[in-house]
Parts: sequence; structure tokens; C-alpha cells
Amino acid sequence: MNSSPATDGKSITRRHFFQECGYGVGKIALAGLLTNSLGRAHTRTHFAPKAKRVIHLFQAGAPSQLELFDNKPHLKKLEGKPLPSSVIGDQRYAFIQRNAAVLGPQFPFERHGQCGAELSDKLPHLAKVVDDIAIIRSMHTEQFNHAPGQIFFNTGFSQPGRPCLGSWLSYGLGVETDNLPAFVVLSTGGGISGGSALWSAGFMPGKHTGVRFRNSGDPILNVTPPAGADKILQRDSLNLIRELNSQRLTLENNPDISTRIESYEMAFRLQASAPELMDLRSESQETLTLYGANPNKPSFARACILARRMIERGVRCVNIYHSGWDAHSNVAGNVINNSRSTDQASAALILDLKQRGLLEDTLIIWGGEFGRTPMVESNPTLNRSQGRDHHPQAFSLWLAGGGIKGGITLGSTDELGFHIAERPVHIHDLQATILHLLGLDHERLTFTHGGRDYRLTDVHGNVVQEIIA
Amino acid sequence: MIVGRAILKTPWLITFFIIEITACAIPDFQRDIRPILAGHCFKCHGPDKKTREADLRLDIPTEEASFVKLVERINHKNPNDIMPPPSAKKPLSEAQKQLLSEWVQAGAKYTDHWAFLTPKTVSLPKINQPEWARNEIDYFTLVHLEANGQAPTPKANRFKLIRRLSLDIIGLPPTPEEIRLFVEDTKPNAYERLVDRLLDRPEFGEHWALPWLDLARYADTNGYEKDRPRSIWPWRNWVINAINNDLPFDQFTVEQIAGDMLPKATQSQRIATGFHRNTMVNEEGGIDPLEFRFYAMVDRVNTTATTWLGLTLGCAQCHTHKFDPVPHRSYYEMMAFLNNSSEPELSLITPEQKAQQQSNESRIVTQLLKLPIDKAKYDTWIKTQKTNAVSWINIIPSKMKTSIGWLELLEDGSIFARGDTSKHDVYKFEFTNLPKNITSIRLEALPDERLPKGGPGRAYYEGPKGDFFLSEISLTSDGKPIEITSGSENYAKQWIGSSKPSAMAAADGDLQTGWSTSGREGKHSQAVWQLSEPLKTKTIKLQLDFSRHYSASLGRFRLSVTSQKIKPKAKELPGDIEKLLVQKEEDLDQKARNKLRLYYINTSKNTEVALAKIAKLQKKTPPSPTTLVMQERPEAHLRLTHRHHRGEFLSPREVVKPKVLPFLPPLEKDMPRNRLGFAYWLINPNNPLTSRVVVNRFWSALFGEGIVRTTDDFGYTGASPTHPELLDWLAIEFIRQGWSRKKILRLIVSSSTYRQNSQSSFRLSAEQIRDSVLKVSNLLNQKVGGQSVFPPQNKSIGEGIYGGGSWQTSSVADQYRRSLYTYRKRSMPFAMHNTFDAPSHETCIARREISNTPLQALTLLNDSFFLDASRTLGRWAAQQNNENAFIIDTLFQRCLTRRPSPMEQKAMLSFYKKTYGRFSNNKSEASKFAGASKGDVIKQASWTALARVILNTHEFITRN
Repeated sequence: MNSSPATDGKSITRRHFFQECGYGVGKIALAGLLTNSLGRAHTRTHFAPKAKRVIHLFQAGAPSQLELFDNKPHLKKLEGKPLPSSVIGDQRYAFIQRNAAVLGPQFPFERHGQCGAELSDKLPHLAKVVDDIAIIRSMHTEQFNHAPGQIFFNTGFSQPGRPCLGSWLSYGLGVETDNLPAFVVLSTGGGISGGSALWSAGFMPGKHTGVRFRNSGDPILNVTPPAGADKILQRDSLNLIRELNSQRLTLENNPDISTRIESYEMAFRLQASAPELMDLRSESQETLTLYGANPNKPSFARACILARRMIERGVRCVNIYHSGWDAHSNVAGNVINNSRSTDQASAALILDLKQRGLLEDTLIIWGGEFGRTPMVESNPTLNRSQGRDHHPQAFSLWLAGGGIKGGITLGSTDELGFHIAERPVHIHDLQATILHLLGLDHERLTFTHGGRDYRLTDVHGNVVQEIIA
Repeated sequence: MIVGRAILKTPWLITFFIIEITACAIPDFQRDIRPILAGHCFKCHGPDKKTREADLRLDIPTEEASFVKLVERINHKNPNDIMPPPSAKKPLSEAQKQLLSEWVQAGAKYTDHWAFLTPKTVSLPKINQPEWARNEIDYFTLVHLEANGQAPTPKANRFKLIRRLSLDIIGLPPTPEEIRLFVEDTKPNAYERLVDRLLDRPEFGEHWALPWLDLARYADTNGYEKDRPRSIWPWRNWVINAINNDLPFDQFTVEQIAGDMLPKATQSQRIATGFHRNTMVNEEGGIDPLEFRFYAMVDRVNTTATTWLGLTLGCAQCHTHKFDPVPHRSYYEMMAFLNNSSEPELSLITPEQKAQQQSNESRIVTQLLKLPIDKAKYDTWIKTQKTNAVSWINIIPSKMKTSIGWLELLEDGSIFARGDTSKHDVYKFEFTNLPKNITSIRLEALPDERLPKGGPGRAYYEGPKGDFFLSEISLTSDGKPIEITSGSENYAKQWIGSSKPSAMAAADGDLQTGWSTSGREGKHSQAVWQLSEPLKTKTIKLQLDFSRHYSASLGRFRLSVTSQKIKPKAKELPGDIEKLLVQKEEDLDQKARNKLRLYYINTSKNTEVALAKIAKLQKKTPPSPTTLVMQERPEAHLRLTHRHHRGEFLSPREVVKPKVLPFLPPLEKDMPRNRLGFAYWLINPNNPLTSRVVVNRFWSALFGEGIVRTTDDFGYTGASPTHPELLDWLAIEFIRQGWSRKKILRLIVSSSTYRQNSQSSFRLSAEQIRDSVLKVSNLLNQKVGGQSVFPPQNKSIGEGIYGGGSWQTSSVADQYRRSLYTYRKRSMPFAMHNTFDAPSHETCIARREISNTPLQALTLLNDSFFLDASRTLGRWAAQQNNENAFIIDTLFQRCLTRRPSPMEQKAMLSFYKKTYGRFSNNKSEASKFAGASKGDVIKQASWTALARVILNTHEFITRN
């Protein structure tokens, strides 16, 4: 059986619902437009949620934890020497050979904030809000290639075809707004390995798919009426569509028609709400400076402001994909560049949400699909030097806001930064925790497909209680 | 009032219907009880030994006392005693508890799962209204209605019928002419003749191919990160043709699963095996290709199970199935049938083309040999070459093996590599009878048309096809390394990377550097290494290592040695030419002489101008398309299949032999234990699932819902058939009719059940919507088959897509092909299709979900494709010399296959008038909207606006 708080009322049929609730067909069907057929009026959680919304700042390509969050001075001493075979075990690597030499950390680390969390000097802005975030240094995953790794992080399974976190939230919690989609996806930078599988609804109905907001042309595909169609023509057309559909509804009494009627009303509203959302003229100079954003140029910083504007307007889940962290060569330069693009805006998002009172129920997640090796990647046949290869055994990420205990660092790795020493957190654990913060039990949020009840966490996952406030 | 409420899709009707039944009957084990037990109890009390609690099984009958206890425990108030335990998070509802209690009270009777029993012939039930029945189907549906005190609805009118039938059979709405023909046909059997006409149309195969492509996860790209193009559209052509030719479903099955193994397999039968080549290929740098091959095998097992058996086997990949009787091991036993193929690319050269190519080639050769050459220059060339020619001796290993595939010795002394490849392949050779005093060793990398891009390498993903990368050559004698002091090569280039590849880089002890000949795919290259001193021994071991971030071993090569004291260098001159030069001139026959002369003509600067002319002849034959196929590996090199602990690639356990699922009829004795035998097993009439599963999908396509609602799950947790006798009758009839798709479809659509006025209503598929628009606007390009096409899309769809997501829009004619031909890029699904719930073609889909979203509204309203179609209709309407009301009527009927009601007519007329008035005041806007500057743009714009509204109605995108 499909089971989510928003669909547990499935036995209440749509028709029944219309009659019982005495709403006009219009208002009620609305809620189901972008998510489920019952929608807002019936949105429930398994237990009291700590967060209502999610902003996922996905750092595609896998940032080097050893240059950002996980200080391993010991590696400096071993630099140039291979790691013992016993440490590497049977781990397969994407590019490097087993005898690759150790590469020491490229940047100095310092302690920050009241909590004294260690961060490298490439995260100066995050350092200022470090008491608001929980860093996990003991993440691990099962995949060591980008596409499967990213798909695993987002859908709990390494191959395309399953619903992603945003889809599960849309399915489980429904919508909070009648004017915008429940689940929005933004991307900045280059191509993303996992492709559209990362925001796909998989085997769930397409309405749970993440809606792309685009950097060029229409923010949502086809949101702009064609040339020559002014507002009055657009409105007249919608009125006639409605009229024709309503006449059929009277004859056939088919609830799909009323949903269709309302989907046109919402489409009409989207034509106004999407451009309004994208228009940053109402943002103060102070805000723009805080994020370091140019309002007219697509960037990670601008995407972060848009994400804030979206959740202010009721969007449930925003994914921002920033790609470019895949440092097979020159890891130092890579971290400098990518931190420059993301550090200020990520920290600004925390500050901005906080001052608007939104941080307490908005969960922010920052991290990539896996970590990077303590060993150097250097290969003239690939033009690579001073880089790091993919490392699934241990990596770091952080969370903030909605129910997260700020100022803590969870878990640790061994002195080589190779294996986890304390408190391993698997991707499925993180997913269970995210759902938990949103009031959903990851074991009870299920969707039946092909005779099988699927979960985001498959048959695994334990909530990481330590990071919950 | 409505026939077979249970056949209707609308969920609220079904809910009431089921409640009605269950409230008054004794619980039925299959329908009521097993789903509860399977969903709530089997996890700990089911077939899986490893997770079984308290030694209690509920999937099979057990002692009576246990059942008494069961009733007690499920009703227990204490959370420590209640079953299922709260920690399982699968609490039973009061109604479920009630059902279980009643079932136990009635004796806790088990019956075998209906779907695993062979369908039985049943006699037609007695009905009160036999005159209503047109064929057997109606007996089965009507008896149900009558039992529930219901009656069928009246027959639909002809307009409705032709629209329904057209959309169902060919996927397109009827044209005004087709409508007229049918509506005005007063002769008997007009309907039947319409059915026949539609089944004969080529569009039938296109429409019915679509759900098959969903099952087969057909796409035009490899998937995952790089998601590069692949060529497998010939398989799609095969499907369309097979359906149009009504290839019986049993043969349709055998050819797709094992067409290559049929005696004297035709090219068409080999193309058919593309079904399981639709799995994804990960080309991301650094992946383990064998791991992704394993995932592809898992996908093949799961897809086969869903497509033919209606079973979800996925769970058994990791452990014994929790609900269905599928042991963990059985999953891999089934995989073993499918796991012995190699996966080549088949060139689709036709025999005529091949003959033409050959005659072309021989003509060119003749012409080349006739080319006048400067004899003096030629003689000098021969002389020089002879002076430099080295006497190489081809050495044949006494033993050879590879780390993963196998090696074959060819007649010309070269070696051919087959089987699987990895990121680090090692070839090992032993030589026991070498000539004395060897000073040098030569490796020739040779082309071979069986290799990707003609070789010489085996690279098939990530790097250039046909590439190789020799990381290391090492020689030992008695375990001691033989030193290589220098090396040379005629050509060296590596794909990406600045380091210099060379023969010596393959003898430096570093696996990351080596010799490669990128860019010379399909051509010969060679490397020569010199030993520090002449070799004293006759026996050596030689090892070749191929290590790269993708599979890059050599596919065909030859090893030779020489004892010549002046150490030779690698040459551009191929080994087989050099061999002729070593021989005495008088010993050469005419063939050999021609060969030498041809080589000279082809390579010498002296003949360049003449060659260029002849080269033009060569370009005449266009390259043949290729397609992905299966090819069974020889018995001597069976690929072993292991059980994988917890389904993990890295945890292979014991080897398993091919075996069919234990709860289904066994493979017949005379059947081979391989892919072919398995294919025959799937369509054996004793197999209780295949025929049922297939007819159920047909039914679902025609009624919006299957007789078994869960079209992809006939297992314990699947839905019970609403009309079990009907399903069995259809399954048997399908086989009896020779597995003819057309016959069984004709039978269903001919029934009174199908022809009722109130049949189910469902939204059209993405492809049908787009095709309907093309059809009614007369834009449709009717060409059948061929390569995929790229209709225009907004540029921004490529944002964030790996590699930039370029989309090269096709020529105008190709933009209007049926949507089935739209290019399917897995990581970037076609936006319009995606918006209307088309899958991304990564996994097997037996049934699409349907949703209803504002993005769909935006697409229909504002997308330029839909606007174009409205404009075409608008232009057409503007040209009509008629009353507005008449034009509205015609336009409306053209799109919706019926005349508008007076109320609809009035609303449209008033919209048209207002719009016309507004555009009259703003001609430039009218011109923009109509996309035209000629003719009466105000009229055109206004009619465009109305056409746009009609294409946006719910009715237009719905099948009623």
C-alpha cells in the first residue's frame, strides 16, 4: 500500500471529499495540482515536524573534505609515501593506483565560534556562522563514481528510476502554496553527472518531479504567453477553456475534469508568480551584498536568494546544484575557486533566514556525493597532478536550521582521513534524519510500485539523533 | 447502469464495489487473506528462512493451534504481544483483523495462488440478456453485472466509437473524412470493417510499439553521466514491423530473447535481440565496467520477469523474496540463462550493399593496379625496402591466457581477444620453442572488423571505440626479467593527457604510461623492443598489461621476433608486406606482386593525384547503420553465474546453473539449458503467466485498467483479477488464436463491453497528445520507421546537463514525425514528454502513472509547437468561405470528433467575436500571434486563438 501522511486518507474518495467538505470544486482541487489529490487541507506528518521546508545545496563533483572540514596534519608527515595496503583493503579506485602517495592538506585549519569547530581558511564566511551548523565528518557512501553516487545521495539507490528526496517530500507532505510548485530545482555551473534522475519522481506520478527554474529564457518552460497574446486574450482563452470543460463536467461528472480546470487556473497564476519570484529588484542592496550576488547574473549566490524567496512563498523543497568540485587535478585551486563561488552565499543564506525568522523551520543541507582520497592523483596520461580521487569511505557535510543542533561536529576519521573512526553516518541514515526532521518516519513513508513497497531508505537508515536539537 | 464497475478505472467506483463484495462474503484466501498476510506477516513468517521468527510460517498451511494463536495475537491489547509488533510499523486495520479472524474461524483454508496455476478452460456463464452479448467476453462481463443487479450502458454513438477506436488502435484521432465514412456507412458490420481498416494501418504498429518500448526501456543514449548516443533504432523498427505484420507473440518473444541462437538466424532475428541491449552503459571515467555489466544483468532479469511473467523479482536479488515464493538463489539461476552473451554491434549492411561494396572494392583495386606508375621509381622503392626489410619470425605461444576473457590463435599467426574486459587486463604467454639469439621483439596491433570501430583495441565505452593502451610489456626467463633497452613505434598517440606514449613507455615499469595508437582505429600499427643482449634461452614468458581508466586491451595483434644483429626499428610498413619483401622476387606469385604494387600505390607520394580521383569512387557507399545485439558465447567459454550475497556485485558466492523459477512448470527435457531454451519456456502454453500477463496489458490499454489492476504484479501482493474467468478465457484464446495480437485486439474491441457509451475515460499519453495535435492540424509526417528525430525544444533544457545537453533540431519535415521517433536522451528527457508523464526509459515500465499539473497546462497553452499547430488550424479556418458558426463546427469536430452543443457553439462564437474585435484594433499583435504577415492576419489570429482553446480542452487530451 502507498503510505504517506498525505495519502493515508486515500479511502476518502475525491468525490466524497468534494461533497463532505462543501468546498467549491475549485479551491480544493487546487491543492492536488502539484502534489497529491488531497493536498494542503489534509497535509499531516507522522509526528510533529521540526522543519517545514528544505534547501539542499548540492555540491556536485564531491568537495575535498581534507581541504575544508577534516583537518589531517598527519598526512603532511606522510606526504609522498604510499599508504599501507592494509589500510586500502579491497577498495577500488576510479583513477589512481593502489600505491598512490599521500598528499597533505593544502590549507591551514583554525577553530571557530563558541563551539570551536575546525574549518580550513577557505571557508571564512561559514566560520562566522559555525555555531549554527552541525558538521558531520563521518559520512560514507557505497558508490565511487559521480552519476551513481549523486543518484544514490538523492534517491537512496545507485541507478536511475527511483523518486528523489524532493519527490518524497512532495508526495509525503503535499504543497504549501497554490502559486508555485512544491519542489524546485536550480542549477549553476557546469553539467551534473546524475542528470535529471536527480530530481526525477521515478515511478511516482510526474507531478512529484522537481520543476526546473532556468537561468535563461522562461524561468519555467512555457511560462510566458506567446507573442501577441496579451493578458486579456490569455484570460479570455482560459475562461473559454474553463467554460468548455465545465460543460463536460456537468455531463460526465468526472473529477479529472475539475482537476484539469484548476490546473489551468494555477498555470495562469504561475505566469505571474514565476516572473515575480525571479525579479530581484525588491531585494535590498544590503541583502545582495550579504550574498555577494549580482541580481542579473545567474550564480550560486543568486540561486540562494531565489531559494529564500521560494521558501518564503511556500515552496517545500529547493535543490540547488553547484557543480565543479571534481578535483582530480590541482585540488588546491579547485577548492579556492569553488569556495569563492559558494562559501559566502551559503553562510549568507543561514544569516538571512535567521534574521527573517525562517531558519528555525527551514533545513539547509550542504555537501556532495562522496569525499576525496588522502592520496594524490597524479597521472600524466590524463594531465593530472596534485589532485585527489573519489573516496566513498569518509567525507564531510553540514546541516543547519530546521531542528538541527548548531555548533556541533559529529564523528571523526582516522589520522589518515581514510576510514571513519567514530560514528559512521551512512547516506540512508542522513536521509532518514532529513525525513524525521520534516515529521516523516522513513519506514512508514512508502510507495507501492510493481508489487513492492519502496522507501527512500530502502530497508536501511537510522535517524542521527545527535544532530537534532 | 454501467457495465463492470470493476473494469472502470475511476478509483471511487472500485472502492465501493470491493467493499460491497467483502461485506457479504466469507473471506477468500487469495483475494482477501494472502494480501494481508503478505503485506503484514510474511516478512518474519514467510518463505525467507533467514528472517523467520518463532519458526512460524504463514505462507503455507501450518498447525491449527498456530492460527488460534494468530487471532489472539493480532487482537492483543498489550503492545508487547500484539502482532505485527509496533516496531514493524505495519499495523493491521480493524477490518483486516476481522477478515483474518473470520478466515481462521472458517477453517483457515489455503488455496494455491491463482496466477501460478495454468488457466483452465471454462464454459460460458449463463446470462439473462444473451442478446446483448456479441462475443464470449460479454458473457463474462455481463454475468458479473447481473450478479450485482446492474445493467450495461447503451452503446456509444458512432462519433464516440470512431474516436475511441482510432485512439486505441492507431493512437490518433480520426480525420473528418474517416468520420464521415464511418458515420454514413449504413451497411451491416460497418464497425467491424472500421476495426479491420484500423488494424491494417501502419500507424497501428507505431502505436502499439510504444508500451513495448516502455517495457524494454528503449532509449537512444547510454544513460548515466556521459549519456552518449547509441544506435539501436533498428530494433525499434523491428518492433513496429513485427507488430504490423502481426508476428505471433510467441515468436515475437523468442526472437527478442534469443533470436541470435535460432538455427540460421536471419539479420532480422539478430536485430530483435536488441530488446535486452537497451540496458544502460556507464561511460563515466574510472568505473568498474564489470560492476555495471552486473547491474545490466540484474535489470535484464527484472525486466524479463515484469514483461513476461508479471512478477517483481527485484527483491530476490538481495534475499529470498519476502512475499512471493522466490528463493534468493533462484534469482541467479534465472540470470544464468541470460548471462552467456557477448554484446556486439551489428552492422546492418544488406546483402545487396555488401555485394555492391565488394564489387566497388574490386573495381577500385583493378583501377589502382592499372594506374600507370613510374617503373624506375617503383623499382628504387622495392630495392630500398628490400635492403631495410627485416626477417621477422611470427612466434606462436604454447600457452596463453588472460585475466578475464580468452585468446584465440588465428590462421595468420595473429591472436584475437574475446570475452569480458576490465580496467586492467593482463595477457600472459609462454613460448617454448623460440629461435636462437633473439635480439628484438615486435608487436603488431591489427585491425579486425569484429572489434569496435575495427580495432585494434577493445575499448567500447568512455575512451574512443577501438582504442587500446598497452601499459607494460614484460619478459621473463626462468622467473628472471629480461631487460629491454630500447624501443620504437611507427605511431603513438594517446586519447587525452599530455604525457608521451611510446613503446618504451610500455617498458618503464609504470602502469600509468604506455603505448597507444589513438586516432588509428581500423589501421595497423607496430612497436618494436630491443633486448639488452641476444636471448640465450628458447623458453620465455611474456606478459602484456593494459591498465587505463577504461577497458583498453588489444583485440587483435601478432608477436614476432628476429635475431638480426642490427637492431630493427618499428616501421609504417605492415608486417605482411615486409614479409613479402624478405622473399626472393622470383618466389613471389602474381597475387603477392599485386599486393606489393597496391601497397606502393596506396602509400607513395608519387601516386597521390591519381589516388585522389579513385578515392572519390570509394565515398559512394554510405556507412551502414549499426544496432546493438546479443551473441551467445561458445560452450567452451560459458560465463559463470554466481549467487551474489545480498545482491552485491562484490560478494559473489557459489556458481549456479540455469534453472527456472521453482513454482512454475519446469523447463521441458528436450530444451537446451540456455537462453533459447528459456525463451521457449516463457511462451510454453503450460506457463501460467505469460499469456495472462500479456492479454491483461492489452485489456488495460483498452479499458484504462487491467483485469488484474497491478499489470506489473501477478504475485501474492498483486491485485486479484476482477474477472478471473474472463482473464483465463482470454489467455487461452490468445494462445488458441496463434498468439495473434491483432486477432485478440479485434475480439476485445468487437465486444459489446467495449462499445458501451460509458466506458472508462483516461488522459492520453504524452506521445498521443503530441501526435493528435499533429494529426488534427494536418502537420503529421507519416513516414514510418528510421532514425530518431529532434523536434525543437527551448535551449534552456540543456542547463545543468552533463556535456551541455545540446539538441540539434531536425529538418522541418522530421520535426513533425510521430512522437515515438523523438530522440530519447535518458539524462535529458524530451520536455513535453516528461511533462506528460512519459518515463525516462531507464527501467522497465509496465504502466505509466498519469498526473494532471499546471505545467501541462502551460505546455499546451504556450509551447511553440502547440502554437504552430493552432496557427495551422487558424490559417485553414481563415481560408474557409463560410459562416463563422459553420467554421466553428468544422474546426471543433476536426479536433474532438463531434459537433459542439449549442451552448458550446455559443461560447466559442462569442470568444471568436470578441477576439476578432480586439485584434482588429491591433493588427501588429494579430500578426505576431498568427505568425503571419500575409492574408487576413486578423482572421488568422482570431481563429488561431480559438483553435488553441480547443486543443487545450480536457476532452482533446482524453480518450473517452
